Amino acid sequence: MPVIIFTEHSEDKIKKSSLEAVSYGVALAGKLNTEAIALVVGPTAAPLSQLGEYGIKKVVHANDTAIIASDTKSMAAIISQAVDAHQADVIIFSNTLTAKGVAPRLSVRMKAGLVTGAVALPDLTNEFTVRKTVFSGKAFADVTILSPKKIISLNQNAFEIIKSTGAAEVIPFTTATIPSSIKIKKVNRMAGEISLAEADKVISAGRGLKGPENWGMVEELAKLLGAATACSRPVADSNWRPHHEHVGQTGLAIAPDLYIAIGISGAIQHLAGVNRSKTIVVINKDPEAPFFKAADYGIIGDAFEVVPKMIEAIKQLKK
Amino acid sequence: MKILVCISRTPDTTAKIAFTDNNTKFATEGVQWIINPYDEWYALVRAIELKEKDASIGIHLVTIGGAETEPIIRKALALGGDEAIRVNSIEEDPYFIASQIAFVAKEGSYDLILTGKETIDHNGSSIGAMVSELLDMPFISLATKLNIEPTQAIVTREIEGGEEEAEISFPLVISCQKGMAEARIPNMRGIMAARTKPLAVKEPQSAEKLTTTKAFVLPPAKSGVKLIPAETPELLVQLLREEAKVI
Ligand SMILES: Cc1cc2nc3c(=O)[nH]c(=O)nc-3n(C[C@H](O)[C@H](O)[C@H](O)COP(=O)(O)OP(=O)(O)OC[C@H]3O[C@@H](n4cnc5c(N)ncnc54)[C@H](O)[C@@H]3O)c2cc1C
Repeated sequence: MPVIIFTEHSEDKIKKSSLEAVSYGVALAGKLNTEAIALVVGPTAAPLSQLGEYGIKKVVHANDTAIIASDTKSMAAIISQAVDAHQADVIIFSNTLTAKGVAPRLSVRMKAGLVTGAVALPDLTNEFTVRKTVFSGKAFADVTILSPKKIISLNQNAFEIIKSTGAAEVIPFTTATIPSSIKIKKVNRMAGEISLAEADKVISAGRGLKGPENWGMVEELAKLLGAATACSRPVADSNWRPHHEHVGQTGLAIAPDLYIAIGISGAIQHLAGVNRSKTIVVINKDPEAPFFKAADYGIIGDAFEVVPKMIEAIKQLKK
Repeated sequence: MKILVCISRTPDTTAKIAFTDNNTKFATEGVQWIINPYDEWYALVRAIELKEKDASIGIHLVTIGGAETEPIIRKALALGGDEAIRVNSIEEDPYFIASQIAFVAKEGSYDLILTGKETIDHNGSSIGAMVSELLDMPFISLATKLNIEPTQAIVTREIEGGEEEAEISFPLVISCQKGMAEARIPNMRGIMAARTKPLAVKEPQSAEKLTTTKAFVLPPAKSGVKLIPAETPELLVQLLREEAKVI
């Protein structure tokens, strides 16, 4: 019966995207008249009882397993043990890099129909139908899950975090250990950056900035607003910016509250990855740039003049 | 060493997205079809690059689709696949598709199965991981680099905020993304050779369907852009704070 939410943590904090998934799972459990259980895998110092503030009463913590996220097989095995132990019927993931490896394995293991990239709660009046993004954000599909067990992987920034009050009970969960077939040799992490997929504000720039030496103002604007930085594909292809910043149809698809595009023309493949952003701002010197058609706010002008003035105005605001 | 590359047919990235039959079907009229970019640019081309270093590697392709997918299969053969298998089904449920790939993979006993990170139409990003579970193999998602040694693969994959390098013994499944390979286009010799390369057609085996798509919806159109004069970006900042409430 219950809804289980796979809840991820990083650096001893519950991830923001997982809090979205928790809020989604709690809301769905309410609709189904059942309980929402958060499942946390791996040791963490994150205060798990605080998940109560998001409507969770019970946290199941598989804390004795030091399994690595890349070991998708073990991860799916652990989740399925917890699902069986609590006789859960619905499993919620946030559609993160980890979920992309684990949720489909779990789907096979449990013969549970999977919808990835969900953007709304299931429509229960129409069997069990979940809206998800398709065509790289250019459309949505309503997908019905036919199997008794169901898995939903929720897009990031698609569901609002809902706060309530209370503390959750944390129950340790012991799982059978599974030997890993994956040997990790090296991990490189860029510390201190805001994760692009999770960011609620993104400052993005394109070929209009002429060269990597001109990104100072982009980074400054991002820092002032607590935003992540992104770029168009040719910018990443020319190695002006790291590849993981590339957004669009063949890069990362994002849906922040605010997306500011500076010197990006707005090609259809670029728009595909960013058009679900809630507010889009375009700064481009060409009034014919296609991006203006997809924008909420626009400035027709030279980025090298406009952006420094914006930075000044925000600094004034912060005083 | 045998590599199986999973190939999907998708609409071109500039295709107009519209629906027919009461919004239950993608409107295919006038649509150009391509090999799903992730399958072609990263999975297939990396397999070809590996074969160029070691000619004993065999590259097989698999597609689940009707006869209309054959032009893109021929294109993939022209790029450098050795032979192809088409499972004759237009079913779209990921579990069903993964089951068909797993049947093909079992018969061919491959060391390495490659997929793209997702298709640009379904955006499911689930086939590779499903195949790995069906075959009880390790799965590496979102790989950006792949090298092979006699008994194992060295794979770099994207993780949140960085990357991770791992060693995994064969057989395994990998989903591929940007960074894997250098782009290339088929040459005349490849195109000629592709005409006579084997393309076997198999009927699907029975497998369950766990999902079905009921309808499609287009997002609401934007109401129009509010333009702010270039001389007064402070006005934009004010609107973002007071009207859009995003800063
Ligand atoms: C299959 C396929 C997949 C693709 N996938 C992606 C993808 O995922 N993401 C992606 O981004 N692209 C993708 N592309 C590429 C896409 O078609 C465009 O070529 C690309 O997005 C253009 O990048 P850009 O806007 O930075 O550069 P340009 O198109 O060169 O645009 C630069 C813009 O900057 C403006 N500008 C110039 N100087 C200034 C100035 N001083 N101040 C203000 N504005 C200025 C110009 O007016 C222009 O509009 C893909 C293409 C294909 C074929």
